[in-house]
Amino acid sequence: MAARLVSRCGAVRAAPHSGPLVSWRRWSGASTDTVYDVVVSGGGLVGAAMACALGYDIHFHDKKILLLEAGPKKVLEKLSETYSNRVWDACSEALIMFDKDNLDDMGYIVENDVIMHALTKQLEAVSDRVTVLYRSKAIRYTWPCPFPMADSSPWVHITLGDGSTFQTKLLIGADGHNSGVRQAVGIQNVSWNYDQSAVVATLHLSEATENNVAWQRFLPSGPIALLPLSDTLSSLVWSTSHEHAAELVSMDEEKFVDAVNSAFWSDADHTDFIDTAGAMLQYAVSLLKPTKVSARQLPPSVARVDAKSRVLFPLGLGHAAEYVRPRVALIGDAAHRVHPLAGQGVNMGFGDISSLAHHLSTAAFNGKDLGSVSHLTGYETERQRHNTALLAATDLLKRLYSTSASPLVLLRTWGLQATNAVSPLKEQIMAFASK
Amino acid sequence: MWSGRKLGSSGGWFLRVLGPGGCNTKAARPLISSAVVLSITERRVLKSPTYNCGFVYFSFHFFYVKNQLSGTLQIKPGVFNEYRTIWFKSYRTIFSCLNRIKSFRWSFTSVAQAGVQWCDLGSLQPPPPGFKRFSCLSLPSHWDYRYPWARLYSTSQTTVDSGEVKTFLALAHKWWDEQGVYAPLHSMNDLRVPFIRDNLLKTIPNHQPGKPLLGMKILDVGCGGGLLTEPLGRLGASVIGIDPVDENIKTAQCHKSFDPVLDKRIEYRVCSLEEIVEETAETFDAVVASEVVEHVIDLETFLQCCCQVLKPGGSLFITTINKTQLSYALGIVFSEQIASIVPKGTHTWEKFVSPETLESILESNGLSVQTVVGMLYNPFSGYWHWSENTSLNYAAYAVKSRVQEHPASAEFVLKGETEELQANACTNPAVHEKLKK
Repeated sequence: MAARLVSRCGAVRAAPHSGPLVSWRRWSGASTDTVYDVVVSGGGLVGAAMACALGYDIHFHDKKILLLEAGPKKVLEKLSETYSNRVWDACSEALIMFDKDNLDDMGYIVENDVIMHALTKQLEAVSDRVTVLYRSKAIRYTWPCPFPMADSSPWVHITLGDGSTFQTKLLIGADGHNSGVRQAVGIQNVSWNYDQSAVVATLHLSEATENNVAWQRFLPSGPIALLPLSDTLSSLVWSTSHEHAAELVSMDEEKFVDAVNSAFWSDADHTDFIDTAGAMLQYAVSLLKPTKVSARQLPPSVARVDAKSRVLFPLGLGHAAEYVRPRVALIGDAAHRVHPLAGQGVNMGFGDISSLAHHLSTAAFNGKDLGSVSHLTGYETERQRHNTALLAATDLLKRLYSTSASPLVLLRTWGLQATNAVSPLKEQIMAFASK
Repeated sequence: MWSGRKLGSSGGWFLRVLGPGGCNTKAARPLISSAVVLSITERRVLKSPTYNCGFVYFSFHFFYVKNQLSGTLQIKPGVFNEYRTIWFKSYRTIFSCLNRIKSFRWSFTSVAQAGVQWCDLGSLQPPPPGFKRFSCLSLPSHWDYRYPWARLYSTSQTTVDSGEVKTFLALAHKWWDEQGVYAPLHSMNDLRVPFIRDNLLKTIPNHQPGKPLLGMKILDVGCGGGLLTEPLGRLGASVIGIDPVDENIKTAQCHKSFDPVLDKRIEYRVCSLEEIVEETAETFDAVVASEVVEHVIDLETFLQCCCQVLKPGGSLFITTINKTQLSYALGIVFSEQIASIVPKGTHTWEKFVSPETLESILESNGLSVQTVVGMLYNPFSGYWHWSENTSLNYAAYAVKSRVQEHPASAEFVLKGETEELQANACTNPAVHEKLKK
């Protein structure tokens, strides 16, 4: 703890010298700026949800919250689905099925726009406590002095692009993996780029099915995943190399559909050695644990793709060394950025919200200064432990499945089959992922 | 909570200051010189039992023994409070650097608290001839009556230099440094605020979400920099914070002025409890005396005054330290004699007060003790915990009876929170006279 504090103090000291966004100006005298209790910078899924959580918190009834969103207000309508999850390897026959036999849903796939619409509606309902400013981007943050001084304001000052200024007791950074808040505070970010981009598209299935299974196949170039949206629609997330991704986005629709289908069905990457080894272990497992082998379900095939729905974005990993500083907290992608192969990115962000809202609620009920580090570090400890494990696991999986070298393929084949056979382990994984 | 950067900066500063010829800050020069001069002259004074203020002895003893400095710079008695704070913190950081043991922080803090908290000197016996007599009830200067050593300088003018005042202000702001010397007090809020809040909520039939203590009038006696006053204000109560130390009130005032909500709910005053007893009799729903009764010279009078300002049925909250073998072992033997973290003679175990003593005084004043619960500080984590064991720190909650009998004959049960009871047994003839009137 001493080391962490020392490093934090070192970073705090270094902050004034790094970057044009940092300024340690002392604000003297009384200011006529509005003093907000909490300002959430970034109105995406995670930022809006944070503002909502605080707005509906019983101990925040007399607090003032501000949400800053750089984009315009969005209103839309769509559907949501439930799903289970099937994942398998392209280089072998190994597969793992995550299923919930009882009637509880394992998880939900909800479209981004649907969530945003719901959050916007909820925010309007608490507009007496939560103010939302659209098309506002903070261009400068001014931090209070680390040592309390007589005539300087202890709050964080925020200047928007249009010149208006606010003060706040706590600034929450929810502004994505290129977080301006994180850079302004000077928090170190451990990050590297995967040499992969993800292509997302909306696909029409060739035949309407009870579409409640998410499919993911690990190709050597990267995983391809089909996530159900409705009986006829599915969402595609295909992580592959930059060149291939660019190709996929620019090729015409017929070819694209063919590429998607072959990615799901092709056996081109199988080798006999691996197939034999895999079959051996499968036989052994079935001896030890005879189970009713249900007919293997096959992924749906794709008929066509929605026009103009193909987009690509680069992938990388990022993890902030600290989630909190005095009067600052990071949530969502600002704190951690992950590969989409496990579908955990925004889920970790929602977990951050749940933890931070709980800590802030307790602090508010204890009459504490919301920007005080003592309860913010509680949030940081709780979430760093959870997120670091998940980030490491996702990165490991990504690296493990990015190769077609035989030893590693053998390892992961047997590993996947063994994991599939051990139901308690699968249940643990499901529980952790859906926390 | 163990602030690494504080160790670096103030420890280094202190070393520079103490080093040969190394007085390179304006504040340091008068500080060290005063320390030296005072330490030499005060030893003789301090041997008199009348001036038995543990902190004073500690600080000057320390500087006399440890610092063989020579200095003849001008003495500024008015700055002693600030210097004490600096001395304590610097002293503490030096030893923490050397020992790297966090566990002594609490004992430091208790000493530091003793140092910066209220020491009512109005109850001291008449000074030796040649020294002007000060009454705590008249305020010739906001410095003089508070500190026994200030009497030696009664003839010197306390010219309040605005530069010095600024320095003091900057130093007095250590109150609000959550990783500084007051860190344990900040973290104690995690226990004492819920304790006060939950017990007061029992008396409020319907409370508003977000402002649970709305409508309550609370008096925070010995509020210091306002560490406990502000959370109570945030919970909706109207709080009056009083402290006899002027710069503490200035700090508190300054800190709350930045928050428009708190600015309206909290009021600070520089005064002692006795001074406002008459004008505020029976006006408060609750009185909070946290980490204060161990610095009060006359405990009985103090508790009497607390009772007088409470409405019938009002609540009294006290936190202080128990007088036990354990507090002797940890607070005195271990900290002072074995580890030499605190110089010998800093704490006087005889001055600690047990819950039983406190209860009996409270009962005799018409307060009924509802709860006494122990508090334990973990110096490694920096957090406080509730405990069944009240042998170190404890908290007490008492309620004034609704049927008000004559204070002299009524039995009040006080459940006070006594974390550090270092009640200096000075009596104040002037206060007694006034109360008898």
